[in-house]
Amino acid sequence: MTPLDTKKLRADFPILKRLVHGKPLAYLDNAATTQKPRAVIDALVRFYETNNANVHRGVHTLSEESTNMTEAVRTKLAAFIGAPKPETVVFTRNATESINLVAYAWGRKFLKAGDEIVITEMEHHSNMVPWQLLAKEKGLTLKYAPVELDGTLDLDKVKATLGPKTKLFAFTALSNALGTVNAVQDLIKAGRAVGAAVLVDACQWAPHRPMDMKAWGADFVAFSAHKMLGPTGVGVLWGREELLEAMDPFLGGGDMISRVTLEGATWNALPYKFEAGTPNYADTVAFGPALDYLSAVGLDAIRAHEDALAAKAVALLESEPAVRVLGPKDPKKRSGVISFNLAGLHPHDVGTVFDLEGVAVRVGHHCCQPLMHKMQCGGTARASFYLYNDESDLEALGRALKRTVEFFKLGAKAGVR
Amino acid sequence: MEGDAELQDLYREVLLDYFRSASRKGAADPADVRAHGINPVCGDELEITARREGGRLAQVRYAGHGCVISQASAAMMAEALEGRTEAEAKDLVRAFKKMMLENAPASGLPEPLEPVSALEGVRKFPLRVKCATLGWNTILQGLEAGPAKGA
Repeated sequence: MTPLDTKKLRADFPILKRLVHGKPLAYLDNAATTQKPRAVIDALVRFYETNNANVHRGVHTLSEESTNMTEAVRTKLAAFIGAPKPETVVFTRNATESINLVAYAWGRKFLKAGDEIVITEMEHHSNMVPWQLLAKEKGLTLKYAPVELDGTLDLDKVKATLGPKTKLFAFTALSNALGTVNAVQDLIKAGRAVGAAVLVDACQWAPHRPMDMKAWGADFVAFSAHKMLGPTGVGVLWGREELLEAMDPFLGGGDMISRVTLEGATWNALPYKFEAGTPNYADTVAFGPALDYLSAVGLDAIRAHEDALAAKAVALLESEPAVRVLGPKDPKKRSGVISFNLAGLHPHDVGTVFDLEGVAVRVGHHCCQPLMHKMQCGGTARASFYLYNDESDLEALGRALKRTVEFFKLGAKAGVR
Repeated sequence: MEGDAELQDLYREVLLDYFRSASRKGAADPADVRAHGINPVCGDELEITARREGGRLAQVRYAGHGCVISQASAAMMAEALEGRTEAEAKDLVRAFKKMMLENAPASGLPEPLEPVSALEGVRKFPLRVKCATLGWNTILQGLEAGPAKGA
């Protein structure tokens, strides 16, 4: 595999030219959101300048163009994720909304008191709180498959948590907080083996690794455009066709109906049944060039590049005695997301010093408070890599780390906390 | 560290001293005032307790973990408020918040808040202001809630 020409790639991302506190930006917060290539930014501007009109509404030329451009992205995305049909791809505002859609439109209709939902302890709040709410509302039991202290799942323990009463198994493909890569297909099989519907949170997977809905065999998969070079405000829910057909609508309004009378309404066909109101079609159109960009560079090449950077970053961080890197030790079980702590120092203080070096890292609980609790910390600092990161970012990370350690006079056993 | 003026302005030596000192860490006994504060941005939690005696806050303590700014600020708060009447304590909290949130000059702080002027540098880091005010908002909430439940 040819290594990425990061110099060339970086020139496609205008924001990478900016300075932060007088230092070149080292953007290592890609698990939160990624930067956008010129092609995506231009597509958004071009759309508003030349094509903008509401979709599925009229017979005039612009409306037809706008509709066709939006649907072309749905078709492109369906191919990108190996979905059997474009109609099984539903656009939402974000992955959180995608998961809530399943909780409301599927869970409310098909789950009843006494049923069980199983999720894991490593879930993002967005794949935890909707189920807590649903469980409370419907009298369901919510069970948690445990996370090991190295941040991995033990498949046998997951299987032991699943049972005949499990009606839904929801899990993350890749941990946003620890970088753990889960055995997605084994987990899907385990869920389906007990007859549960399976939902995969693929937010951290979709930007980095190929996915094939047909091969996965899950029932629902959620992710968002903004973590994969696309604009904000576009989430994706892929669903198995029979389930999407059987579900009730999520929100009521325009676009999702077939016929409305004063007595009631009938629902539009898939996927429009779930896309009530004016959708975020402009950003959806601009998501197209993001998918093209990822396809042109190649997810396999991107992943190899990130893995190499992540391995170097772990080595660099661990060369400092005060640093503890969380998550799996085995590089095969780890992605380009690296969570770490400095002994005796709160992640916020780490983040502030890093920012002064132009290094953007996420600090805090990463919307995973139960997981942080399990890892016996309130939070971590997290560096996450993407295709445009290079050696210069590692050097900046090293400088920021050194500055932090020196300023706070941290040693291996420093424990001011 | 010499030469790192940017960081020294935020993390002044006196702040680091308060952060490292644990002299007012723990719980007041009995805890006549008890309040729990959460910074939703980072998930940090702080528990502030105080013992009342003769119309004054005889003992003020903070527990929990947090960044240098929030811990040092809570330690300064506990020190400044100890021995004050509740009315005085509330006035001091308000004066502190005025400095942090409304850019009131640190030189205008009442005498018991003198060490707190070290937090002035935090104002240049708007995302960190919440860290500095957490302990103060928490005790205010406790004082306004009346007697602690179960105390």
